[in-house]
Amino acid sequence: MKASEEEKKHPMENLLRMDRIPHIWCPGCGIGNAVSAFAEAIKKIEYDLDEICVVSGIGCTGRVAGYIKTDSFHTTHGRGIAYATGVKLGNPKMKVIVISGDGDLSAIGGNHLVHAARRNIDLTVICVNNFIYAMTGGQVAPTTPRTAFTTTSPFGNFESPINIPRLAEAAGAVYVARWTALHMRRLTDSIVEALNKPGFSFVEVIAPCAMYYSRTNRLGDGLNMMKFYYDNSVIKHGEPTENVDIGFQEEIVIGKFIDRERPTFSESLKSWQQENKTGKQGGID
Amino acid sequence: MKADPRDVLTGTYYIDGDIAIAYGALAAGCKFLGGYPITPSTAAAEAFARKAPQVGARFIQIEDELGAIASVLGASWAGQKSMTITSGPGYSLMMENIGLGAATETPFVIVNIQRGGPSTGVPTSTGQADMMQSKWGSNGDYEVIALAPDSPQEGFDFTVKAFNLAERYRVPVMLMADECVGHMTEKVVIPDASEIELETRRFYKGKKEEYKPFKRDKSLVPPMVKAGDGYKLYITGLSHDESGHPILDKKLLPDLDKAGVTNKKSTNRFLVEKIRKNRDEIIELREENLEDADVIVVSYGIISRVAYRAVDMARREGLKVGMLRLITVWPFPEDRIAELAKRIKGFVVTEINYGQIVFEVDRCSHGKTNIILVPHGGGSVHDPDDIYDAIKKTATEKKRYQGVLEYTTSLERSVFGGSMAEKYGK
Repeated sequence: MKASEEEKKHPMENLLRMDRIPHIWCPGCGIGNAVSAFAEAIKKIEYDLDEICVVSGIGCTGRVAGYIKTDSFHTTHGRGIAYATGVKLGNPKMKVIVISGDGDLSAIGGNHLVHAARRNIDLTVICVNNFIYAMTGGQVAPTTPRTAFTTTSPFGNFESPINIPRLAEAAGAVYVARWTALHMRRLTDSIVEALNKPGFSFVEVIAPCAMYYSRTNRLGDGLNMMKFYYDNSVIKHGEPTENVDIGFQEEIVIGKFIDRERPTFSESLKSWQQENKTGKQGGID
Repeated sequence: MKADPRDVLTGTYYIDGDIAIAYGALAAGCKFLGGYPITPSTAAAEAFARKAPQVGARFIQIEDELGAIASVLGASWAGQKSMTITSGPGYSLMMENIGLGAATETPFVIVNIQRGGPSTGVPTSTGQADMMQSKWGSNGDYEVIALAPDSPQEGFDFTVKAFNLAERYRVPVMLMADECVGHMTEKVVIPDASEIELETRRFYKGKKEEYKPFKRDKSLVPPMVKAGDGYKLYITGLSHDESGHPILDKKLLPDLDKAGVTNKKSTNRFLVEKIRKNRDEIIELREENLEDADVIVVSYGIISRVAYRAVDMARREGLKVGMLRLITVWPFPEDRIAELAKRIKGFVVTEINYGQIVFEVDRCSHGKTNIILVPHGGGSVHDPDDIYDAIKKTATEKKRYQGVLEYTTSLERSVFGGSMAEKYGK
């Protein structure tokens, strides 16, 4: 039986820039999974697509902005969250999502991550963590586990990696979760939760880099890495984030770690603007 | 379009330049300021923050200048007139996203209240040593517009002008003030809203599905849309074609059609062309007594006020001196300088640095006249006597020198020596 035109269509077609497909990601890469989960989540929240904005930094995951068919900005390295802050304040009705990599968000953009979480500004950050700088050819990242090989840690990484969920929690994020590229259903549900959560939400996606991280560490292809996630991921909802460090080829703790309430930036700004509209009461001159 | 009366604090004030700049921004309809405190610019951010709730503007103090300028770009694409205010070290940090702003043709205003010296320098003192950085600071080819106010009043006026230029040309516009202008308190008259002419952003009006963010007409400036309007914008700092999609071929050459404007390959060339081609419209100069001048003093910003005095002194003695004040520093008035160079004995260039704009004057003079730099290391302004001496020497000099000559200030002469005949850099 011949497939109809409708059936031939990719189910995410209205959410992807089909004119830019094929994408640039390597076979076995986990970023596509994160994009699929995100697109599925966007469908589920039934939010007006015109009012969704995706901001990315630089790197492999930084390219996501170019494939998602919403307003999307591919900005400078690390500055996605700050740029997104401007978009959100410039047009508060928009739902703004930052999708970027671990190096972009936790190294060069670490300060913006910390302070956006502190402000509890209405942003959802999806951080695809592949433990390496992949776009530049596989250099050591702040997330690279100890002993892992990269092109700039040719004798094995001797630095301690950063635990991004713990950083996000400490800085004030109201929603913090981690999944792997294997846990598609749970990841999607988690992104839906994060998108619906007022304030600053953070979802980390552990994803295979089958080209560099895997190759330099002899971990096989993308499928092998997914198999590793299958065998070694442990779901522990509510696990204190101090316990979710990731060692080289060790157990990966996943789940929803934080889901709490704090006044959001928008709420606070609104009441502040109401109070100070006349410029008379309070304030200094 | 006239300014919105709700945004304009009409009245006569006795305020410093920083505050005047903030009020200028409000009058221009600026609704977003992303800032980070840095001396000597803080009073501007403070004044903006203080007035923001009344006019529905937003002020946010971001964690650093890297983020401040990024948020300004974001807010601009969300449809707001946006700006940031900073000084030297913060300006250096902003270069990254000034490049993104230029590449993505994002309108916004950056105020640099320049301080003296490199690095941290002397934060509470004046300087004009970021002039070249304002043109060349970010990587790659692009053009910007830079204005230099010399007073709090011009702080107000030129901030409005800066927003108008930013919106008209979709380009980052630098307001290159300095500590003197920022901290000096003077009379500032803010006119009625009906007297303030504002440039409105040119929004795209065609079919939604046909919109291409960098498709331009003969004006070379593409119309804009804003995030949230359903255009599914894709904006990237990668070199892109007219649809905004990255171009991955290595030849960054434009692909011109017969009209000379369609660009299906790289749009990079247009980043410079839209400013160069329109430079006669953009450039503003203040000229005085140029008709009979043998010597022309070139200056900008605060130092032009000192130069005026020196010019007065010289004219009273019968020397034929004219004054060319750069309101627009970038794009540089190449043609005007070249034209004047043919018929005068020399340009005397005064600036609070060890030589920046003087090399532009030299470049545009094509060796037709003497070029004398009266430098100043910053921290204060020139003694008008030094400028006067340089004018006098230039007027009586018979020899034609190649390159820039330095006429060292009296203070520095006692330490480093130096005279008009001593070649710069020797």
